[in-house]
Amino acid sequence: MSKILNVQHLGKSYLSGGKSLTVLDDISFEVASGTSYAIVGPSGSGKTTLLGLCAGLDTPDTGTVALCGSHLTELDEDGRASLRNKKVGFIFQNFQLLPTLSALENVSVPLELRGTKGAANTARTLLEKVGLGDRTHHYPSQLSGGEQQRVALARAFANRPEILFADEPTGNLDEETGERVVELLFNLNKEAGTTLIIVTHDLNLARRCDGLMRLKGGRIFNSETASHP
Amino acid sequence: MNPEQNSAGLSWLFRMAWRDGRASLKRLALFMSAIVLGIAALVSIQNFGKTLEETISGQSRELMGSDFLIDSDHPANERVQGIIDSLGGEQSREVNFVSMALFPGKEGSKLIRVRAMDGEYPFYGVLSTRPDVASERYQADGSALVDATLMVQFGLQPGDSIKIGDRIFPIGGSLLEAPGNTVVSTSVAPAVWIPFNTLDQTGLIQTGSRLQYNYYFKVDPSMDLEKLYTSIDPVLDDEGADLDLHTDTSRRLGRRFENVGRFLKLVAFIALLLGCLGIASSVHIYMKEKRASIAILKCLGASRKQTMAIFLIQIAGIGLLGGILGAALGLILQQVFPQFVQDFLPVELAWETHWGPVLLGVGLGVLMAVLFGLLPLLKSWFISPLSVLRISEGDTRGSKRLTAFVFALIALGIWAAAALLLENATRAFWFVLGIAVTFMILAGIAWGLMRLIRRFFPHNWGFEARQSLLNLFRPNNQTLVLVLAIGIGTFLISTLYFTQDMLLARAEIEDDTPAANLILLDVQAEQEGEVEAMIRPRGLPVLENIPIVTMRLDQIEDQKVETIRKDTTSTINGWILNHEFRVTYRDSLIPSEQLVDGEWISTFEDKSGPVPISLSDNVARDAQVWVGDTLVFNVQGVLMETVVASIRSVDWGRLQLNFSIVFPEGVLEDAPRFHVLTTYAEGETESAVFQQELVKSFPNISVLDVRQLLSAVGDILEKLSWVIRFMAFFSILTGFIVLLGAVRTSKFQRIRESVLLRTLGARGRQIRRIAIMEYLFLGGIGSLMGVLLSLLGTQLLAYGVFELSFTPSWIPFLVVFPGITLTVLTIGLLNSQGVLSSPPLEVLRKEGV
Repeated sequence: MSKILNVQHLGKSYLSGGKSLTVLDDISFEVASGTSYAIVGPSGSGKTTLLGLCAGLDTPDTGTVALCGSHLTELDEDGRASLRNKKVGFIFQNFQLLPTLSALENVSVPLELRGTKGAANTARTLLEKVGLGDRTHHYPSQLSGGEQQRVALARAFANRPEILFADEPTGNLDEETGERVVELLFNLNKEAGTTLIIVTHDLNLARRCDGLMRLKGGRIFNSETASHP
Repeated sequence: MNPEQNSAGLSWLFRMAWRDGRASLKRLALFMSAIVLGIAALVSIQNFGKTLEETISGQSRELMGSDFLIDSDHPANERVQGIIDSLGGEQSREVNFVSMALFPGKEGSKLIRVRAMDGEYPFYGVLSTRPDVASERYQADGSALVDATLMVQFGLQPGDSIKIGDRIFPIGGSLLEAPGNTVVSTSVAPAVWIPFNTLDQTGLIQTGSRLQYNYYFKVDPSMDLEKLYTSIDPVLDDEGADLDLHTDTSRRLGRRFENVGRFLKLVAFIALLLGCLGIASSVHIYMKEKRASIAILKCLGASRKQTMAIFLIQIAGIGLLGGILGAALGLILQQVFPQFVQDFLPVELAWETHWGPVLLGVGLGVLMAVLFGLLPLLKSWFISPLSVLRISEGDTRGSKRLTAFVFALIALGIWAAAALLLENATRAFWFVLGIAVTFMILAGIAWGLMRLIRRFFPHNWGFEARQSLLNLFRPNNQTLVLVLAIGIGTFLISTLYFTQDMLLARAEIEDDTPAANLILLDVQAEQEGEVEAMIRPRGLPVLENIPIVTMRLDQIEDQKVETIRKDTTSTINGWILNHEFRVTYRDSLIPSEQLVDGEWISTFEDKSGPVPISLSDNVARDAQVWVGDTLVFNVQGVLMETVVASIRSVDWGRLQLNFSIVFPEGVLEDAPRFHVLTTYAEGETESAVFQQELVKSFPNISVLDVRQLLSAVGDILEKLSWVIRFMAFFSILTGFIVLLGAVRTSKFQRIRESVLLRTLGARGRQIRRIAIMEYLFLGGIGSLMGVLLSLLGTQLLAYGVFELSFTPSWIPFLVVFPGITLTVLTIGLLNSQGVLSSPPLEVLRKEGV
């Protein structure tokens, strides 16, 4: 199986109070196309930073990231943006919908950015798929947390991404709603054949993935391949 | 290496700009109102100026009443008469002068301007009278046309009488409108038209009478007037006459309004600049609120250019909308101006729309919005998509080089706009430099202040006071922005006040004017004793008795005046060569004079050699003579050699008789002369009765009633100051919006802290006190610096632009400084009210902190 994400010797430090703080140190791993992979670890272990680097939202200090065949360090900011638009989807803990756009418009944005014709129709179909066919003209502030995350899911799958990064997708939801969103996420993922990378605290959610990596103090503590199919 | 960009085109950018903007309209209203007010002020002034300019130049013949005129202060001599006769066409003669009028059967007398006319004047424009036929008949039936206001003032009706000099005229009708007349020009000495052939019967043509001879012409339209001017004006100059084309009149009139226009444009431009500050401050807040959206868009694959373009389109769109609304408001506003200034204008102003100023206004709206929005907008470029994750990636300040580039663009933009408005690139450059220096000084003060507080932090102060000070230099503080915005706003507002104050004070009559309130003009030498004898028995004092002798310059140094006139390289001012000087003699300086050079000679004892005289500095400058130079005067036929013994500065603004040339005693006592006497009559009735009796006995004497004059001047000033205050109101309103923007800018940091303090158990009163002290400090420092800087700025303006001396009033210190400090405090507290009165969690949720 081809590798959609290849991370080698990744390192990242931030300046904090004038001192250099190492957040990630010598991280290397690979993710095969079409699989799901969880990154877990305690707060401050560097998992969100790792997600940001893998998705091309930031640049590493050392090491390389190859995403969908492109070396991110060789692309500039706009090049990485273009790659994200064409091949990457995102789910965030706090949904990150554009507050001034309706649900339908939020889902349409990635499609419009690609210049896809009939973006609104595709977006409407996706919203129906996540059970929000009757809320297309609602603004984020008029939707519940679960509904907002479902709009985010529809948006994430709108451009048929090759890889989807999810950052604590259930972190802001109650247990029941969280479970429904996770169910929807895995179903959509399976249907689209997308690679899924999840950053989470939730070990139950992590164990549903094909692979799992534990981070501690910016280093890989251990990694495993799940036993389930 | 860059893979292909996403495929979203321009239409998507516009769609996104609209989608995002429609929800933010309320927030953008502040931004737009700043533009609307600035542009409205500018368009109204520009459009009004254009209307005025076109009306004046389009009606130049109507203003003069003829194609051209020849004027002189003495009757046409043979040579001038020869020229007049040779010009052909339709001609009209006029002699005009100031005199007193009595109204038989009515109480009172009045200073009037007599216009003795013959011919069909005016050839253009209207001579409007009531009844209409009066204007056609007055020449034939020997009646007078009397200014309509004067008719009302004295309760006169057509058929009543008016006595001018020795002759009583029947009043043919009231004069409603005549070429070149304005309410203001006729308020001191209203016009009375009489037939030319009755002039001699008035007996008013005497020594010292200040007469103006005008010859009006209507010629074939094909005649080249400019060519005529070039060929005959030099000849007329030699004879002490002058040729004025109708275009000269409108040009002169245009120039008269230029100064006021320039000042009003400056006011409008200040309003626009304040508006620009409003733009920068509003866009700053707006972009702060949009930070998350920008990161999301980037995360979804939008490029930096695309995200910036979305907000640039919004800002340009708001600029366009603000420009259009501002221009529309400006057009409505300019309808108000004629009401304020119509009395000053000799033409009827019609409300017109000029597309030039409108387009300029709309264009400036877009340009200024984009320019001043660019700096905060630029930050969007540096917002990392990483912000969507919970990582604080901190710095979005961007590159220093880009920031410097944007600042340069802003300076260039202001300069271009200023140059366009002031029609002077150099003046615009100094203006921009002044603004830049002000910014730097204020920024330096704010920076220095924060350093000082850090260094000498009062650790022993109470918690609230310490916390309010700490707030000034917390991370991401807005102290610099706030002090700058408040300081610049105050600076502009109080500079405007100081300038207005300086201009109006100049025009005001000072309190220490001489006690005299009646000035008797044209008292003949032989009448002097009789007039004094009439004044004293009434218990009135003769305060001054000033002898006046008229003379002309004959020679400067060793050059005859005629030779200088012909010398095309001479830089001596022409008026000096043609002017009939009214000269006095006395033994001492008066309070309005100061010796600047040479020695004051009180009496000419040594009767041999040239007479030592004193010149005012302006005459010395225009004649290009210094102490020790010789001048020969023609004193009514007798040549008299003089030497400049001293040069005086004269305060011409004082309402008293000032002279440019003063002789010592012992020279002119026997020359043909007339006198000006001044006296003081306490009550208005006493004054009126005295004037009436004086005019009855001495019809040639004119009385200038200072009390009436002051009230007329007061009315004029009141009208003028209304225009200025009206425009200043715009600047102040815009300044208020800027303050609102600046305080809102810092709201976000404040909310975060206040909520935290409340969560930790701080009482509302404590948080309120912290906020009060912080806002008082910011408002106080910003506004005090603004007022102090404006003192310096106005001093420079007074010296460089208006050439006036400037004594600052206390008002900006007593009103503007505390006023703005309290306004900052009020706006700040109103803005924090929600935080203070709501539970912390609710605030956190609402503000998305």
